[in-house]
Order: sequence, then structure tokens, then C-alpha cells
Amino acid sequence: MGIELSNISKSYDNQNWTLKDVSVQIRSGEFFTIVGPSGCGKSTLLRMIAGLISISNGTLKIDGRDVTNLQPQERALTMVFQNYALFPFLDVKANVSFGLKARKMQSAQINERVANALELVGLSELKDRKPRELSGGQRQRVALARAIASDTKVCLMDEPLSNLDAQLRSKMRSEIRELQQKLGITLIYVTHDQVEAMTMADRIMVLHAHTVQQIGTPSEIYQHPANAFVAQFFGTPRMNLLSVHYASKNQRHLKFDSYIDYLLPRDIEDGDYFVGIRPGELEIHTADKANAVIKNIEYLGTQSIIHAVLDNDMEIRITTSKNNTFCLNDHVQIRATNTYFVFDSTGKAIFFNKGDVQNGYTDHKQEPANAL
Amino acid sequence: MDTQITNKNPQMRYKQRKEEKPLMATGLSYNKSKALRDRLYALIFLGPSLLVLIVFVFFPMFRTLYLSFFLTNNLGKPTVFIGFANYISLLSSSAYLHSLQATFIYVIAVSCLTLTLGLLLAQTASQKVRGISFFRTIFSGTMGVSVSVAAIFWLFIFNPSVGMLDQLANLLHLPAINWLTQPGWAMTAVVISTVWMNLGFTFLIFFGAIQSVPSTLYEAAQIEGVSKIYQFFHITLPMISPTLFFVSIITLIESFKSFGLIDLMTAGGPDNATNLLVYRIYQDAFLSGNYGLASTESVILALIIAFFTFIQFKVLEKRVNY
Ligand SMILES: Nc1ncnc2c1ncn2[C@@H]1O[C@H](COP(=O)(O)OP(=O)(O)OP(=O)(O)O)[C@@H](O)[C@H]1O
Ligand SMILES: [Mg+2]
Repeated sequence: MGIELSNISKSYDNQNWTLKDVSVQIRSGEFFTIVGPSGCGKSTLLRMIAGLISISNGTLKIDGRDVTNLQPQERALTMVFQNYALFPFLDVKANVSFGLKARKMQSAQINERVANALELVGLSELKDRKPRELSGGQRQRVALARAIASDTKVCLMDEPLSNLDAQLRSKMRSEIRELQQKLGITLIYVTHDQVEAMTMADRIMVLHAHTVQQIGTPSEIYQHPANAFVAQFFGTPRMNLLSVHYASKNQRHLKFDSYIDYLLPRDIEDGDYFVGIRPGELEIHTADKANAVIKNIEYLGTQSIIHAVLDNDMEIRITTSKNNTFCLNDHVQIRATNTYFVFDSTGKAIFFNKGDVQNGYTDHKQEPANAL
Repeated sequence: MDTQITNKNPQMRYKQRKEEKPLMATGLSYNKSKALRDRLYALIFLGPSLLVLIVFVFFPMFRTLYLSFFLTNNLGKPTVFIGFANYISLLSSSAYLHSLQATFIYVIAVSCLTLTLGLLLAQTASQKVRGISFFRTIFSGTMGVSVSVAAIFWLFIFNPSVGMLDQLANLLHLPAINWLTQPGWAMTAVVISTVWMNLGFTFLIFFGAIQSVPSTLYEAAQIEGVSKIYQFFHITLPMISPTLFFVSIITLIESFKSFGLIDLMTAGGPDNATNLLVYRIYQDAFLSGNYGLASTESVILALIIAFFTFIQFKVLEKRVNY
């Protein structure tokens, strides 16, 4: 069941666009993640797909059928909510079978489906418990079981793991991913957590400032971000973004100081640019000739994040291996490597890793027509 | 007349004390002077309210019980101890039994109508429709209406010559009804007025309860294709059942105690058709000066209310999902 969004827009107040022209073709059986900062309209988009709120503009097709103006129940999908939306007065079994019972399905069939769904999420033992007698993770699984029992081929999830602790979250991540594979459902998964998006998704859609920033596989998004926002959103710690002015007399050099100096593959127009450098793509040394001072060190076990200030007053983040002996206020030498990104003054990507955006990577607008 | 409330308070007090005592006794730093000081504090803090309760609640309560076994003079002083004679004469008096019957009819009709209509209004007002906030205000309007105003308002409506209802009947060529002078219709009129008075409060409480049901529950149901009516009975009702339970008890007790509207609209008439228990108590005590008998009636009323509340707790509590 593919899902096709064409120029979907939403305005709550008929004045401002909360979302503008969202277009994407989600393939059948795809794990599709919508990610973006809080308030960017992820839930809004998901609820429009579910039919819980109206679509202001554009068309939505599920499995080739235009469902733009259909009621939620006519769209043949299910949804898992952030707060699980379990009925506190019903036990696990009754929660899972709620919709089936309401639709007057035969009880033998209901029992079979419920048993099946509970088996899949590993909750058969707890089927007689009330939600309040379950842990957060177990409640989440009840919600999953309910989605499974309804036996639709499209499932929507709105930040389903955000109420769980970090350890359980990573466990549930792989469980949900496995279930999705096993059942072959098309899953649209909303999250604000870039790690969740990266680790689970087949493809990611990045939303920001009412519009789609980029659509692509996790590696495309990480290695070829379409703009500075996407580049900074993915990866921890955040990518360094240094602003620089370029004039042709610089002869293709974007130079910050004698150690951080990038040679561009081709000439660019004069103007203001941003250079994006991932914290792992910088070298840090103790050397006689220092160009930076360490202002803060975050020790993370396998690595440390060093916050330093360059002599030209630019702040910069660098990750180093665990075996380092740097201390606060050390004078160090920070050197560029060959991996960097260049964005124009509006944030649009121009170069990445010395590759040219124009003749390298294609962004979502030129997505191949056989995408479905 | 407020005996059913007073019954509860001392019990709760007692329970709390019982729970606290062992805690104090096992405390490691327990010693006599501290215990004494605790007692003193308890007395200082509880004393004033205890005094108020004794003067205005416990004393009248036991005095009523005491008086119900006596003949009294017209100043309310007990004269002759007569045991259960008051009770026996009441329960064998057809007038009293008639009052009892009228009260039951009234209470059941008022409770059922108030709860159903209140729920209906609250559910209606919870719909997301344009202009619904106007109706929310209207529905809760009777909260601010005093009994006397309501009585005058309804007297106008039920008035046989200038009343709206009879003019309406005229228009439709229906026979005119003497609302307040025909026994059956008088009861209907009083029930309608009481329900109307109750609705504001009931609506507001139910509305609040319905609003507090998380909307994702409905959304989850909606996506699964669950009909609106099924949602109401299988999501809304169970979710607000504690409120439903609370309101039903309050409504029942309140309607047993109805006095103002009766007094102002029918004064127990016509032909004692609306002479409910509370109104009879008032008549016997303050119009006939028969305090002993009135006390007996009060005790019986308190017992009836206690009994119904007990039943409600037993039956409904099992179905309430806290
Ligand atoms: N019912 C509504 N009426 C008006 N504005 C709304 C409504 N719901 C959401 N909005 C606005 O639309 C924008 C997007 O909201 P939305 O809930 O979709 O964000 P989100 O991406 O899901 O954020 P989060 O990650 O915090 O859940 C927000 O600015 C919000 O204020
Ligand atoms: Mg959201």
C-alpha cells in the first residue's frame, strides 16, 4: 500500500501555513520517518494522513485511491499515539479487541486475532491486566498489539517511544522495526529524535519551517544534507557551521587560519558562505603553534567532545578518541581534514566532501518516477 | 434534616485517628511529654470545628432522635415519654404513607431526568460545533438562579390564564391543563421545575468530566471505525463513571430534601399530592407545633436517605472505574 502526498498543505487559521506543499511518494512496505524539531508540524501531517484533521490543500492517495476527503475509518489504516490511548477501564485483551468488537466481528475471529497480536508483541501472559498495572514499555506494546490486531496495511505512529527511558527506547526501536518487517506494513513514523530516525527508517523526511527540507535514506541525509539545517540536525554533536566571506582573490581557498583552510574544487561567486565541519572531521593536537584554546570538555566514555575557541574567536566542537590528555584552557592546534560541506548564505548546500551538489547527488525533487 | 451528612463525619474522624495511633506508638523518639503536646495541638486545631459541629450538628441530631420518643408541648419541650408510639402512628397513617409514596415518585423522577438530561446536554455541548460556547453558557445558566426566582418563573409558565404553556395548548387546540391545581399535573410541574433547577449544576459537572477524557481515546476509536454512539457508551460513560456516581448520590439526596420549590409553588397541595416528607416535617413542626412527630419523621427520612445511599454505594461502586 503506497501512500502518495501531493502538495499537502495545512493552515489552522486560514492565514498562516503550518505546512506548505508537502509531496512525497511512500512505497509499499516502507519504514518512512518524519523528523523535525518541535512544532514543525510533524503531528499535523500525520493527523492529516490519518484523517483526524482536514487537509487544507493538496491530495492524498493511499494505494492509488484518493482519500483526501474520506473519514479516518474509510482510509484503512491504524495509528499508535504517544500517550498510547489505552482505555484505563479495560484489560489488555479488551483494549486490543476494542475496535474489532465495536465493528461486530465474530468473537472466534476476534479471539484469534487478539491472541496472535499479543503473541507477536510478547504480552500473552499479561492479557488480563489493566493498563495501570503495566510498565510504560508494556503499555506501548499493548498499543502496538491493537494496531496489529486491526490488520491494516498502513500504520501511523506519533512519537511512540518518547515516554520511555533511553534503554527501553533502543530495545523498542528494534522491536518495532522487526515487527514492521515481519508484517510487511507501510509504517509512517513521527519522531523528533534524529537517532531514532537514522536507526529505524528506510527513508527520512525532514520538516522545518513549514516545508520539507529533504527526503532521503539515512545515509543520503547524513552524507549529502540538502542544506545547513539538515546538516546540523543529524549527527551528535552538532556539525560546526562557520561563516566566511569569499572573494575571488582568495583563489578557491576558504581560509579561517593557517590550519583550517579548504581548497574548493571549483570557483564560486563572491559572497558570504558557511562551511560545515562535523566535529569528528577535525584533528586536534598539542603543538607549539596553537590556534585555539579549550573551553570545555565533555567526557562521554568512548570519546570526548571538546569545545574550543579559535584565535579568530570562532567557537568549534571537536570529538576525540578516549585516549586524550587535554585539559581545560590548553592551547591546542586544530587542523582541518578533507571532509567538509559548503552552504551558501541561504543555507543551501553547494559542496560536500569536495563533491559538487550540482552534478552529484540528486535531491528529492528529481526523484526517479519509478519510486512507487 | 442534614443528618445524613453528619453521620459520615465522626466516622471518618475516628478512622483517621485509629490509623495514626500505632504510628505514634512505634516512633523511636516517643515519649510522654511529646504525646501530651501532640494531644494539646490536636485539641487546639480540632477544638473550634468540633465545637461548631457539636452545637449545630451533633446536638440537634441527638435531640431530634430524643424528641422522636416523646410527646411535646408547643414550645418543643418533651412532656411524656411514649416510646415508639410516634413511629407506629406514622407508619400506620395513610396520609404519611401517601407522602412517602409521593416522595419516592418525585425522587426517582427527578434523579432519572436530571442525570439523563444533564448527560445529554453535556455530551451535546462537548461537540465541536460553531457557536457551541454560547450554549455552554446557557446550559449552565440555572446555576445562578435562586429558588424563589425559579418558582416565580415557573408559576408564570404554569399559570392557567396567562401561562405560556396554556397559551401554547390553546394555539394547538389542546385542552387547557390546570397545572398546579390538578394532583397528577402538580407533581409533574414540580418535577419539571426541580429538574430545571438541577440541570445547571449537573450539566457543568458532567461537562467538565467529559472534557477531561483524553481526546486520543476517541481518535483511536474513530480510526478503527467505532461509531459515535458506541464511543459514548463504551468510552465516555466508563471514563466519567466516578463523576456519574458522585452526581447520582448528590442528586438523590438533594431531591429527598427538596423544600423551597414545593413551598413556593404548591405548598404541598393540591390534595397533598406534592406533600413530600420534608414539607410534611415542616408543616408538623412549625405550623402544627407537633415537634415530637416531626422529629420522628426526620429520623425516618434520615434512615431512608442513608439506606438509599448505602444501596447506591454497594451497587454502583462495583461498576465505577476509578
Ligand atoms: N489544533 C491546532 N490549532 C491551531 N494550531 C495548531 C493546532 N495544532 C497544532 N498547531 C500549531 O501547528 C504547529 C505544528 O504543530 P504540531 O503539533 O504538528 O507540531 P509537532 O511537529 O508535532 O511538534 P512536537 O514535536 O512538539 O509534537 C505548531 O506551531 C502548533 O502551535
Ligand atoms: Mg507532535
